[in-house]
Amino acid sequence: MIHSLFLINCSGDIFLEKHWKSVVSQSVCDYFFEAQEKAIDVENVPPVISTPHHYLISIYRDKIFFVSVIQTEVPPLFVIEFLHRVADTFQDYFGECSETAIKDNVVIVYELLEEMLDNGFPLATESNILKELIKPPTILRSVVNSITGSSNVGDTLPTGQLSNIPWRRAGVKYTNNEAYFDVIEEIDAIIDKSDTKIFNLIFNSVEESDNFCVSVASVKKFHLPLCCYLQNPRLLDDVSFHPCIRFKRWESERVLSFIPPDGNFRLISYRVSSQNLVAIPVYVKHMISFKENSSSGRFDVTIGPKQNMGKTVEGVVMTVHMPKAVLNMNLTATQGSYTFDPVTKVLTWDVGKITPQKLPNLKGIVNLQSGAPKPEENPSLNIQFKIQQLAISGLKVNRLDMYGEKYKPFKGVKYITKAGKFQVRT
Amino acid sequence: MLSLPPVQKLLRQLPAGSAGQPKPPVGGDTAEEVTSPVLATEARQPACYSALRADELRPLAGPEPVVATSTGPLSRHDDLKEMLDSNKDSLKLEAMKRIVAMIARGKNASDLFPAVVKNVACKNIEVKKLVYVYLVRYAEEQQDLALLSISTFQRGLKDPNQLIRASALRVLSSIRVPIIVPIMMLAIKEAASDMSPYVRKTAAHAIPKLYSLDSDQKDQLIEVIEKLLADKTTLVAGSVVMAFEEVCPERIDLIHKNYRKLCNLLIDVEEWGQVVIINMLTRYARTQFLSPNQNESLLEESTEKAFYGSEEEDAKDAKAEAASLAKRKPYVMDPDHRLLLRNTKPLLQSRNAAVVMAVAQLYFHLAPKAEVGVIAKALVRLLRSHSEVQYVVLQNVATMSIKRRGMFEPYLKSFYIRSTDPTQIKILKLEVLTNLANETNISTILREFQTYIRSMDKDFVAATIQAIGRCATNIGKVRDTCLNGLVQLLSNRDELVVAESVVVIKKLLQMQPAQHSEIIKHMAKLTDNIQVPMARASILWLIGEYCEHVPKIAPDVLRKMAKSFTNEEDIVKLQVINLAAKLYLTNSKQSKLLTQYVLNLAKYDQNYDIRDRARFIRQLIVPTEKSGALNKYAKKLFLAQKPAPILESSFKDRDHFQLGSLSHLLNAKAVGYQELPDWPDEAPDPSVRNVEVPEWTKCTSREKRKEKVEKPFYSDSEGESGPTESADSEPESVSEESGSSSSSSSSSSGSEEEEEEEEEEEGSGEQSEDKEEEEKRPKRKEKEGSRKAAPGSPPEPGSPCSPSEEEEEEEEGVKKAKKKAAQQGRKGHAETSSEEASASESSSSGSDSGSEAEAKRKKAPPSSRAGPKEISLLDLDDFTPPPPQPIPSSSIVSTSLVTDLEGLTLTDTSLAPAMLSPAFSTVRTYELLHRMAGEGLSVEYCFSRRPFPGDPHMVAVQIQISNNTDAEVKSLRVSEPKPLSGMRIQEFPEIECLAPGDTASVVMGIDFCDSTQAANFQLCTHTRHFYVSIQPPVGELMAPVFMSENEFKKEQGKLTGMSEITEKLTLPEKCRSDHAIVQQVTLAANVGRVPCGADNEYRFAAKTVTSGSLVLITLERREGAAAQLTVNSEKMVIGTMLVKDIVQSLAQ
Repeated sequence: MIHSLFLINCSGDIFLEKHWKSVVSQSVCDYFFEAQEKAIDVENVPPVISTPHHYLISIYRDKIFFVSVIQTEVPPLFVIEFLHRVADTFQDYFGECSETAIKDNVVIVYELLEEMLDNGFPLATESNILKELIKPPTILRSVVNSITGSSNVGDTLPTGQLSNIPWRRAGVKYTNNEAYFDVIEEIDAIIDKSDTKIFNLIFNSVEESDNFCVSVASVKKFHLPLCCYLQNPRLLDDVSFHPCIRFKRWESERVLSFIPPDGNFRLISYRVSSQNLVAIPVYVKHMISFKENSSSGRFDVTIGPKQNMGKTVEGVVMTVHMPKAVLNMNLTATQGSYTFDPVTKVLTWDVGKITPQKLPNLKGIVNLQSGAPKPEENPSLNIQFKIQQLAISGLKVNRLDMYGEKYKPFKGVKYITKAGKFQVRT
Repeated sequence: MLSLPPVQKLLRQLPAGSAGQPKPPVGGDTAEEVTSPVLATEARQPACYSALRADELRPLAGPEPVVATSTGPLSRHDDLKEMLDSNKDSLKLEAMKRIVAMIARGKNASDLFPAVVKNVACKNIEVKKLVYVYLVRYAEEQQDLALLSISTFQRGLKDPNQLIRASALRVLSSIRVPIIVPIMMLAIKEAASDMSPYVRKTAAHAIPKLYSLDSDQKDQLIEVIEKLLADKTTLVAGSVVMAFEEVCPERIDLIHKNYRKLCNLLIDVEEWGQVVIINMLTRYARTQFLSPNQNESLLEESTEKAFYGSEEEDAKDAKAEAASLAKRKPYVMDPDHRLLLRNTKPLLQSRNAAVVMAVAQLYFHLAPKAEVGVIAKALVRLLRSHSEVQYVVLQNVATMSIKRRGMFEPYLKSFYIRSTDPTQIKILKLEVLTNLANETNISTILREFQTYIRSMDKDFVAATIQAIGRCATNIGKVRDTCLNGLVQLLSNRDELVVAESVVVIKKLLQMQPAQHSEIIKHMAKLTDNIQVPMARASILWLIGEYCEHVPKIAPDVLRKMAKSFTNEEDIVKLQVINLAAKLYLTNSKQSKLLTQYVLNLAKYDQNYDIRDRARFIRQLIVPTEKSGALNKYAKKLFLAQKPAPILESSFKDRDHFQLGSLSHLLNAKAVGYQELPDWPDEAPDPSVRNVEVPEWTKCTSREKRKEKVEKPFYSDSEGESGPTESADSEPESVSEESGSSSSSSSSSSGSEEEEEEEEEEEGSGEQSEDKEEEEKRPKRKEKEGSRKAAPGSPPEPGSPCSPSEEEEEEEEGVKKAKKKAAQQGRKGHAETSSEEASASESSSSGSDSGSEAEAKRKKAPPSSRAGPKEISLLDLDDFTPPPPQPIPSSSIVSTSLVTDLEGLTLTDTSLAPAMLSPAFSTVRTYELLHRMAGEGLSVEYCFSRRPFPGDPHMVAVQIQISNNTDAEVKSLRVSEPKPLSGMRIQEFPEIECLAPGDTASVVMGIDFCDSTQAANFQLCTHTRHFYVSIQPPVGELMAPVFMSENEFKKEQGKLTGMSEITEKLTLPEKCRSDHAIVQQVTLAANVGRVPCGADNEYRFAAKTVTSGSLVLITLERREGAAAQLTVNSEKMVIGTMLVKDIVQSLAQ
């Protein structure tokens, strides 16, 4: 399957290579560089490139290209998904998946890659297993290791690897059982010019972090009925699960029943379809115009909250990719601060919290390149915001049941609604 | 670096320089920045190393700096060698870390090989691991030295620690040294039968490694694969299928025996394995099953006939109707095919995009049309993932949306384009939007396109214009609108936009040129401004082609073009010549001179194509003495009617590649791509998949089973029950086998107990996940499985059910019988296990031993297992060879059949086979919409008595829709269900289109809330709405429950008084035999037979679907025709109605 992996930074430097079968020369990456050059934009590098002898499948994460070399037919998503998993693992181990982090931990990276793939076929990709095999770098351990010469490689087979629940480490013990749920909902929407919302989908994910006791012999289970009293039982249009969730219970009773992995993990992701007309919490009034035959234009944007159940909309940031003809912008913001990068033509307005009494407004003049034709399209406004303590879909984590223990476990639930891909066309 | 090709060297120069110099500050930065000093200390070593020069490092390493410098760069690793030779593990580790860092950067460290290999036996596990990394990397280059390490691995293979065994095998097999092939082969073979599943997994991984090293080993490796395929752990399954795909994908026969196991294990296999298995099973299913969509196309006529038949002859002849019914659905999905579809469906919920895609392609390639829709939602979900994932998914969606547009239509808006999407994603989304466009949604799509046209991304704008062109050609209604829109674009400021529009307009105009001379004129004017060659060429071609429509303008255009001829691009020049020729032929008076002029210019053009063309055209059109006969036909040649181009998707014929594959993405066959075979015309023998442990009736048995296993949420309870069972069964098997050697029944029970043992092994380690239970259940249900297969075989008495299985068992039986022949004598009859007891009971009908054994029964299902098999085995003499493809009865009846048979097993053996045929008629169809009322659309429904997938509280209603009109019926769906309070309706997926004469069969679920109130809803087509209602007979509101006699009595004891309803009745003449009674009762209600000691009593049990309350039925036969019917249920209404129904059914 995966023959080799090259990590390439933005300046085209191959800073790590790993081969699982026979060695493939670095020159194979020339084809990749060629495609990269052609694509101009990093986002447009095709993920799959065919070369005379190999196929290159690449992903772009955190300014690093992960380029894998494939020799035979393989589902491309298989490789892409795996490469993302590799990047996730690096992130998990080093806190960031950057070139420096990888270079600094090259041995651990190598050991990880060695464990994750065998002969190009994924072997252990669960973070809990990997962490037992190869301990992530921590302060204490590195000090101890440097003194005693002991290693950060585990010498026993992680039990998870042998069981059907590879996501759970054995022997995890805590003095008290606590489960924290973060219900993070994201609103994806395109709001059309006429302010009719074209569609809004809510994509959300419940992230869970827990601190949970497990006695050595048996595994405890949670039962967590998800808001059973929803008016519409089909509120969750589409769901994807962490493998620990028992699908059958969900199918039959709409109950999430699972053996929790240790640590933070994404329990379920769900989608609420646009049919369940979910209110969009903000509105945008905009007036952007470029005058014909003049080197200036007007820019006037106001953001205001819609009905939001008494919660404040905060963390509002607006980014606009202005047309190329824009030279500079002279704006005044009633709230927050704005920056305009004349090179990338990106306008960023950090609004902060919206108070309904005084709506934030950004207004001013746009300077255009003289002589250039006026831009045809008004730019789209990309908006980010955050609302604490609110799950816009109305989802609630109702109850947490635990098997095998008498007492009620501690349960903490945090609701956040965020903007996902939220775009306003102007 | 030295060996790099020059280009590469050049490329590397930059990065190397940039990486080398800023390095020290980087190292320093991290130390300062990173708050955790760990990161810095651990990491700094390699970073420093790469930063420092070799000679700078040397003082660190110790003595001999002089020697090092003198020998030059080759021996600069002396310090490392020294460290490796030292006694301290920490130094070794340090050295190895640096070496690995070198390897990681692609630097050559091969000269350290001898020093490193020495450390292969190092105690420190991290050093060892790093040595392995090194070894695997360089062994191929230094084969002789690599051999030194082999003995260490051989020792490792014998280590008591499974981790060490596994890693030894992993490294050994990764060393690509041909000499050690025999050693590897041995090691793999040994590891394949290792105790630890992890080691076996490693063995599976080693197989393709060895194969790539030496393909001569194929045969031996296949043996190992075969062995590992039989492995029952989820850990091994994915890896071995991977090996199978790499070594012997053509040996599909190896899968047969493991097919059902793989299907059942699938959900528990790790995600990567799932992808590989699903892809392999897709290919497998394509070779083994019939196309689920074939009957829609092939059997239209027979459907029609059946319809008229049932119309006119009415119920005159019940037999004929049954026959026609059978005829109507000659295609019945192989249960194994269904098993695959059912077991993969939950994986659509996987978090891994590759798994979702694999399932999606499986459904696309294998599922009946009506069921493919489920994948759309999951695929749309993937669109929110990383852009690479989006890219691949959109490619596949584009292909799918051509074939099954309806599937993605509800998600149209998910494909709308954001200005922030990368261009390649935008273009793919556009492709999908275009594919989805139809008359109903075209207006929204066009409005959306209008937004896109003003985008800043010009490539995307061009693609949008193309897309508009495609919409215009496909949807006649909007052609004029599109054309007008495109013409407006002609005045756009951006030349690219205009050019693209011209090209598209040209294609559109070709379809109906006469009406659009205005547009042509407009375009003619554009020649002054447009500079893009392709657009100019298109305009010229248009004017030339339709010069009759613009007689005045055409010569003028030619005049202008003649003037600028020399400055034009080649492609434009060619079209100028073309235009000139055409004008010469139609309007020679005005254009003769111009044409001559153009041709003369062309004659001296630099491009030989143009010179050629000019010479050729001159000969053709200008009459001279020498010009041949062709001259006469010049007009015909040039002004022939040209077919309009068809604008179609570039994804049009990609679907012959397996979706989700690399080949599909590239639209070219990738190396090692396994062609997705076409469906076979005749299904190969399905019995090849029967294993000694058949895994039929998964779904039904699971439902039944579930109730039983509800309690043991933890593994212990199962584990506890395990040993006792085995203790019981083991001696029995011996006694049984020795005992009844004459009848082959012994062998069957013998083999069963073996399975039981296996079960217990697994049971002990079980986590009480029902997934795992799935694995075992089938085995327990083995007998039922065989019974289920039974209806497929011809119904005449004596002929065996499920032939192949019988054969196998028979063979086995004969062997064992021979062996044990000497040990005659029946002993330990009292000990016989429950199943065996029932077997003997049924074989010697009326034997009393049964009732004794009954008391022991714990598990109901096994108690009634042996029945039908017994039959075939007894009827060994007239055993006829099985038909090659036993056509299973319509899948609808499956559950009810099982339940029927469940009851039957205890009755007279001789009767049982006869029972099989009436079972067909148990499915009563009801009319939902008459042909007349429905204006040619007729709808029938029946209760399939299968659990409704997705919601166990719903009653599955099988709906058969036939289109008797001569027009297509589109978008058939259920709308506005108006259920009474609490009632829920799960509509069937919308049927996009039903061709005339076609019949579609769909399943919908209705939760009737345990009442016989009708469920009302509207059945909509694209034109009409029909109000319909489904009223369930009370007997369909329940699902069979299996319980033992004791349980039955216990439950009955709880349901006395108000909950008990008793009715006396007289059994009619024909309804006095056991089987007739059982049949009539099961016909009236969906109940399961409960074993009963007394032979004049019949017991049945069921649970209501919604509330799960028990319904117990007892029928006691008195003297003569008198009988008493008792129904116990806390739902009194149901009880009363049920009594009425059963009495009515029995009285018939």
